[in-house]
Amino acid sequence: MELLFVIIAVLAVLGVYLSWTAGRLDRRHARIDAARAVLDAEYLRRSGAVLELASSGLMDPATSVILADAASRARTAGDDERDQAESDLTAVLTAVMDDPDDVSELRADADAATALDELAMACQRAAHARRFHNELVRGAVRLRRKALVRWLRLAGYAPMPETVELDDRVPKGLDATRE
Amino acid sequence: MKIGIACPYAWDVPGGVQIHIRDFAEELQRRGHTVSVLAPGDDSDDLPPYVVTVGRPVSIPYNGSVARVSFGPRVAARVRRWLVDGEFDVVHVHEPASMSLGMLAMWWADAPVVATSHSAQRRSRAMSAAHGILQSAFEKLTAHIAVSEEARRTLVHHLGGDAVLIPNGLYVDRFNVPARPDWWSPDGTMSFLGRLDESRKGLQILLEAWPAIHDAFPDSRLLVAGRGEIDEIRSGIPERHRDAVEFLGGVSDEDKAAMLASSDIYIAPHIGGESFGIVLAEAMAAGAPVLASDLEAFRVVLDGGRLGALVPVGDAEALGRKAVEMLGDPALRDRYRQAASVGVRRYDWSRITDEVLAVYDMAVAMTPESGTSRLSGT
Repeated sequence: MELLFVIIAVLAVLGVYLSWTAGRLDRRHARIDAARAVLDAEYLRRSGAVLELASSGLMDPATSVILADAASRARTAGDDERDQAESDLTAVLTAVMDDPDDVSELRADADAATALDELAMACQRAAHARRFHNELVRGAVRLRRKALVRWLRLAGYAPMPETVELDDRVPKGLDATRE
Repeated sequence: MKIGIACPYAWDVPGGVQIHIRDFAEELQRRGHTVSVLAPGDDSDDLPPYVVTVGRPVSIPYNGSVARVSFGPRVAARVRRWLVDGEFDVVHVHEPASMSLGMLAMWWADAPVVATSHSAQRRSRAMSAAHGILQSAFEKLTAHIAVSEEARRTLVHHLGGDAVLIPNGLYVDRFNVPARPDWWSPDGTMSFLGRLDESRKGLQILLEAWPAIHDAFPDSRLLVAGRGEIDEIRSGIPERHRDAVEFLGGVSDEDKAAMLASSDIYIAPHIGGESFGIVLAEAMAAGAPVLASDLEAFRVVLDGGRLGALVPVGDAEALGRKAVEMLGDPALRDRYRQAASVGVRRYDWSRITDEVLAVYDMAVAMTPESGTSRLSGT
């Protein structure tokens, strides 16, 4: 009789724990989805800011063409190529705007300064959004690796979330001269 | 936006974190946001209207030393009350790893939680014992900010989390004050700022270098601001070089700005323990060319030597040589001054606040359930 009581108590505690963990996982997945949507939006903001700058006539024609090309590739890339296209955009931005002195010269024009500030902010937001997204993913992966969670399939059929790995460094010249 | 900020330390005790929160809260309010700061302390304290207190902190042994923390059921109830009354869009917790209000706020907050870590610390036993608890509390965080690379590394190594870097801020224009004529000297004025008896501030290195500097420029002068045993330190300086060193004792914010504005070189001979070089940024804002030890935090603020001179840590001879070079080369000082006056804007609150608000913006968007209340039993 006593044993039965103990078993019932243990099962009850286990049940509460499992449903709490399942709820926790569920919330995690929902947050990751939301973070992913934010990340996509921030990359669009970044490539949009590059396009804006490229089409403003504030930079020389050759640089404008290169920037516009990289930005539109990033915006139209398919899911598989997206990370590579964003990294390529970063490489082009870095090539053009890594030197604070170069960027300072561009900033002499007030319109250019505004456009560069917007671009710098967009670059930083994108980089931050990716860090936040990846932190949420790492937390969820940690939870899903727990033995109980794996054995009992508490995560259901939700795919294992993945971090986004790409180069989204803010070009130094942009960062150093922003106001 | 309605923003709730949890401060881990009592408001009436001066400290870097409190100053950071005060300046930031004031900038937010200037922009029309509603801010409430939760801090340990009593209502009787002379507090700004946006500060809400939870009672005196108590001293308990924690983390290998005595910590003054706020905890217990009454504090917990007050934190929950604050969260409910505030109806915050974002809750911003400072020093989330310290056992204090921040942790409670993080636990119960409904709104997205953003955290800022300030300190860099080595792992301690208590931290590792609390590791699991901290980690599950950190799960509530939507976004984590570190004010320096070292603070970020502390998180990565000790708590297995990561953070984005948004540095400390200052009001750059408040340091744009006139130089004080009586601090002018024909060969140049240098200044030092920091507690005199704290060896990591490096005054001993500077005083070791001083005779060589003073020999090269006999009409130069050194201003030393900071509390400590002035007489003892003064008597340690060779007599010939003693009178050119002026000890100011502790200085007000106004005097600090004026001293920096009067300096031809601000010298930061620190030998360690600095996670963020806010005082270097202050010197840059006041227009003082900077000569600093090549500590990681200082290298970042001086952009690798572009915005000021760097010398090997603890090397008095190199420090003296560089100071002599700078005193003899007004064009070099001007170049540093020019570059620094642009570079320091990176730390102005106007820009730092933009960056933190961008994080808030994303944190809200990243929180699917925000807006619905899950709080119960208050």
